[in-house]
Amino acid sequence: MKDAQFYGSGFPYAHIKDIAGKLIVLEGTDGVGRSTQTQLLRTWLEDQGYAVSDTGLRRSPLTQPGLDAAKTGHTLGPLTMSLFYATDFADRLENQIIPALKAGFIVLSDRYMYSIMARDIVRGADKEWSRKVYGFALKPDLVIYLKADIQTLVARIVQGRGFNYWEAGMDIRCSDNLYDSYCVYQSKLLDQFDNMTREYGLIPIDAKQPIPIVFEEIKKLIEPLLKSN
Amino acid sequence: MLKKGNFKGKLIVVEGIDGSGKSTQVDLLYKWLHAQGTSVFFTEWNSSNLVKSTTKLGKKEKIFTPTTFSLLQATDFSDRWENYILPMLKAGAIVMADRYAFTAFARDVARGVDPEWVRNLYSFAVQPDMVFYFQTPLSVSIERIMASRAKIKYYEAGMDLGLSDNRVTSFRMFQQRIVNEYDKMINEFNFTVIDGSLPVETVQQDIRSKVKKVLQGWRGLPNPLISPKKSNRKKTTTSKVARKGGSQ
Repeated sequence: MKDAQFYGSGFPYAHIKDIAGKLIVLEGTDGVGRSTQTQLLRTWLEDQGYAVSDTGLRRSPLTQPGLDAAKTGHTLGPLTMSLFYATDFADRLENQIIPALKAGFIVLSDRYMYSIMARDIVRGADKEWSRKVYGFALKPDLVIYLKADIQTLVARIVQGRGFNYWEAGMDIRCSDNLYDSYCVYQSKLLDQFDNMTREYGLIPIDAKQPIPIVFEEIKKLIEPLLKSN
Repeated sequence: MLKKGNFKGKLIVVEGIDGSGKSTQVDLLYKWLHAQGTSVFFTEWNSSNLVKSTTKLGKKEKIFTPTTFSLLQATDFSDRWENYILPMLKAGAIVMADRYAFTAFARDVARGVDPEWVRNLYSFAVQPDMVFYFQTPLSVSIERIMASRAKIKYYEAGMDLGLSDNRVTSFRMFQQRIVNEYDKMINEFNFTVIDGSLPVETVQQDIRSKVKKVLQGWRGLPNPLISPKKSNRKKTTTSKVARKGGSQ
């Protein structure tokens, strides 16, 4: 059991203590294999008898309908998008993640505020502003960064769900076509992740490797955390 | 202080608790400026179409926390900022805002969020050219609200804070907290204090003379639909201040 640790002022109106569970985050850009690894992890942890809760961006019941609708139009400005995502994040943190951690769950978060900050900054948000907005973010116990280069990501996207307007950063028109825009936009995101790796102590794993090997490396990072209780 | 804006337009803001008289005054001011042939754009708190359904959902299900409430209202403001306020100011219009970032600084802090944190949220916004703060005795404001509303709403009354089970008592306590936060901001954000308990026309004359000073020597964007000399009130009765209840 421990008191909650935040990056900034947290939630000053609520003293959050007795955190019994663990918060594990899988970070990385689009198509890097986060959801595959999350599924594998969930099964592995549950087999050992741990209660697991998973969460990911845009899954807040408060903001999901509105944010999805906003993304289908063309009036959603970059600032507004970043604050909408911050609302989604805060809602899941206060209403799902923290209660689950108090109940002793292992919470697997498919992305965390690092991804949102990376996207916001690439869209022109001020870095300091963005860092301060997420002063309410709980510090995770472990943040694994699945890292891959653009060519690997492209190969996965082609085999997977195809290129997408937002994942290609077409809202900021990095180029006049989806493919080139995707490459420019994702490279900028990778630069932001590199900066954050140092700043926030993200642990990089080479995501170019086959799925089972990546999974073994993730397990090795999680095992000591499970024994620490 | 918020950062200084350097726009062709002018930004005039009214602030104060519900029932302080600001909306009545801003409506009259809007009509007056409009009748003079200037381009005036009016915007009010919590009115973004993009965010509306989410706010409605959160209120209906009572799932807001002080942080999510604060963030969603900032989202609402930023949508209006990006799509209306900023472009209108750049174009040279007078933007009149019924509530601005200061509402968040007062209400969200009254709800318990960190004052520095919420000030950072809105740091993309600029310091207005004029902020009228309606300082009206709490008893007067509350009386006005009680007379005009069938029921005070859950969040408006600050019921989420658990101050009291009685809605009216809770409302009174919550509004007092908000007033305390507003009063602290008078110097911080250079508020022009208005006594909202004075007669409407007295207040309006005072506000008009103050606005005149701000606009002295300033040439805004002319309104192409209205000729300044022939203007009359009949043409400008399109009130945008059709308010049904509070803005929470």
